[in-house]
Amino acid sequence: MNYIWAGLMILSVIFAVINGKTAEFTKAIFDGAKSGVEISLMLAGIIAVWLGMTQIIEDSGMREKISNFFRPVISKLFKGIPEGHNATSSITLNILSNMLGTGNAATALGIKAMNDLQTLNPSKETISFDQMLFVVINTSSIQLVPFTIIGLLSQFGSKNPTIVIVPILIATVLTTTIAITNLFLFRRFFK
Amino acid sequence: MMEAVKYISALIIPVFFLFVLVYGLARRVKVYDSFILGAKESLPTIFKIFPYIVGIFIAIKCFQASGALDAVKNMLSGAFALAGVPAEVISIALIKPLSGSASTAVFTDMLKTFGPDNITVLTAAIIMGSTETTFYVISVYLGSVGIKNSRYLVAVCLISDVIGIVLAVTIARRFFFNV
Repeated sequence: MNYIWAGLMILSVIFAVINGKTAEFTKAIFDGAKSGVEISLMLAGIIAVWLGMTQIIEDSGMREKISNFFRPVISKLFKGIPEGHNATSSITLNILSNMLGTGNAATALGIKAMNDLQTLNPSKETISFDQMLFVVINTSSIQLVPFTIIGLLSQFGSKNPTIVIVPILIATVLTTTIAITNLFLFRRFFK
Repeated sequence: MMEAVKYISALIIPVFFLFVLVYGLARRVKVYDSFILGAKESLPTIFKIFPYIVGIFIAIKCFQASGALDAVKNMLSGAFALAGVPAEVISIALIKPLSGSASTAVFTDMLKTFGPDNITVLTAAIIMGSTETTFYVISVYLGSVGIKNSRYLVAVCLISDVIGIVLAVTIARRFFFNV
């Protein structure tokens, strides 16, 4: 991430100078910071809602039910999670909300899952394989029906906005499978 | 059909809330107290991730405003044009990994320019639907637990994104060749 962030910023400065857009560049720094803070505040509310709800799920014993039900599936991929651990249910809730396309709810539940996985991570500053797997699933879309895109298409007068559902579903399933396969391949070659 | 799908998707979260609350009450849980206890953890979490969010937003705004995005797009579009990939598709592919809202803005611009029944727009729609905001997710998720060493994660995500975009273009051609 260090190189990507620095790369983006340095390229931006170079092109700002070439294009004579240095004033725009400076404005963009503070615009970016402002929207970063706005998004963070918005996320604070959303995370509060979902952490509140997951606490009820935990206290009511529903968490064990979810864990037991989905454990056979989750443990196929995530080998490092012991039975009855919080991570199984938080990963399940994150994946379900991703599939349903609830956007920021998935982010909030994903942060919870990362924290649960972190309790199993022997090294606190180096990512575990299960955490990498979880991030890879989250960085390759797994949404089943792309509501936002269909909404935009129909808003601009598409004759048949649902035409994109099947190709997006095929692309989604393939890219997620490929991303997970890539991760397992990398593990073989880079210990 | 569309209406039914919309109706059901709008019901998911309310029904989920109802179910969790009723289930909790049936198990004699003090649901309000539990909710507050959980919600309290929100601000400490945000304190951890907000610098990462600010960092990534500054980078994307600067990259757009300086004209660097357009320059990279123009450089790549020459190579991709040989493969028949339109330049607009490249800007979606470049921006989607960084920011969801910025890529939605670019996609909306494309819709205004080309209209919805256009293969370039539909290709972009598939990329929008089958990729995620990779760098945003990585920085927020890793930031929330304070991980500094991400091993080969970024490489895996980047390679997968590139394969995903090639796939999206291929699938769009198969499905929308007659649009």
